[in-house]
Amino acid sequence: MDLNMNVDAPHSMGTTIIGVTYNGGVVLGADSRTSTGMYVANRASDKITQLTDNVYVCRSGSAADSQIVSDYVRYFLHQHTIQLGQPATVKVAANLIRLLSYSNKNMLQTGLIVGGWDKYEGGKIYGVPLGGTLVEQPFTIGGSGSSYLYGFFDQAWKEGMTKDEAEQLVVKAVSLAIARDGASGGVVRTVIINSEGVTRNFYPGDKLPLWHEELEPQNSLLDILNAPSPEPMNI
Amino acid sequence: MNFMASKQPENSLLGPESDSQRTLYPYVTGTSVVALKYKDGILMAADMGGSYGSTLRYKNVERMKAIGKHSLLGASGEISDFQEILRYLDELILYDNMWDDGNSLGPKEVHNYLTRVMYNRRNKFNPLWNSLVLGGIKNGQKYLGTVSMIGVNFEDNHVATGFGNHLARPILRQEWHENLSFEDGVRLLEKCMRVLLYRDRSAINKLQIAKITEEGMTISQPYSLKTYWEFSAFENPTQGAVGSW
Repeated sequence: MDLNMNVDAPHSMGTTIIGVTYNGGVVLGADSRTSTGMYVANRASDKITQLTDNVYVCRSGSAADSQIVSDYVRYFLHQHTIQLGQPATVKVAANLIRLLSYSNKNMLQTGLIVGGWDKYEGGKIYGVPLGGTLVEQPFTIGGSGSSYLYGFFDQAWKEGMTKDEAEQLVVKAVSLAIARDGASGGVVRTVIINSEGVTRNFYPGDKLPLWHEELEPQNSLLDILNAPSPEPMNI
Repeated sequence: MNFMASKQPENSLLGPESDSQRTLYPYVTGTSVVALKYKDGILMAADMGGSYGSTLRYKNVERMKAIGKHSLLGASGEISDFQEILRYLDELILYDNMWDDGNSLGPKEVHNYLTRVMYNRRNKFNPLWNSLVLGGIKNGQKYLGTVSMIGVNFEDNHVATGFGNHLARPILRQEWHENLSFEDGVRLLEKCMRVLLYRDRSAINKLQIAKITEEGMTISQPYSLKTYWEFSAFENPTQGAVGSW
């Protein structure tokens, strides 16, 4: 099996990506695994990419395609901001993403989530799935790991969460997806965008909760063997 | 269905066309649209689902939109292509308004425009993957037509797309009549939508009904239909034949 490992397969970010609005802004979240076939090419990728000071995009699908689309849109937005004389709105950023995704739908294989904050509409999340549909939503999920989260969000999502509630929800969700999706893994990254600015957070594996049939990580078996035996019961 | 796995590599396309677009496949799709003529104009119904293969991914997609003052467009098929069609129509209506000549494009004209667009794209092997329903009323004249992704177009007293053709049209053929009241029209559409909900896998229970009359277009708030499951045959399907299904 190892001899047939396709190390030349296109880099794909299997991925779990999430965008959630809360009262005051948005929280974007993602895993950090980039795979080349079965090999993990990058275990600490940053899939949440900056487009402007106030708008970020979560990338999924083909790494190359999502990177080139982000680069073009960042370039267009930069020019647009200069011409406009003020920060670009999230809607404009999302529409530029849509324009490229739709016009090149035959060649691109990338699903994107655009999230940000502007003074006109506040925090907004836009989904741009395969094909180039543009959908504004209070929250959205994407990437291969998102399959495992539809039920979770149907149950756990509520309108009007606080910043901390929203971020905890996102971290929990990405972590659950990582547990079940082979194409997602690594660390959980979040980006919070609101009127005050942008905050990046980093949640390494050991800071994430353990799910079903997952065990507490140990340094070595030896620690377990040498651990003090449990006290005898007093019956 | 797994669309992610079905991307064709460029080199399998014929020579000079390898860079240009050819027949695609839809990604995010809407299901049936059903519409009928009634006393005061047109009634149209569509659910708010955007499916991604077999996943019911988006549940808040408005698949019916007003076009100018006199028309209502409903679409099934690829949502991104519908959004693009709305952009084309926006431009069409804008140019029409810029003439500022008191004239405005009616449903017949909009339908004709859409037919040309769809058919010409089909001829270039680059279709807009939609089935469209165009209804409206202008100067008392009611109009209801449909165009498919290959350019097939016609008008009728009641039309539907997709599954609606198989499940809703037969009901409409039996029960539609001239000069339906608004209430009867709505009930008839709801009857059709309920059957679609039972029998179409991509239908969701969240729909809107739009009405267009001489006064203008209104679209209802999203709502859900009651469904009926309490039949003894459903509760005990294998009573007469234990071990059966």
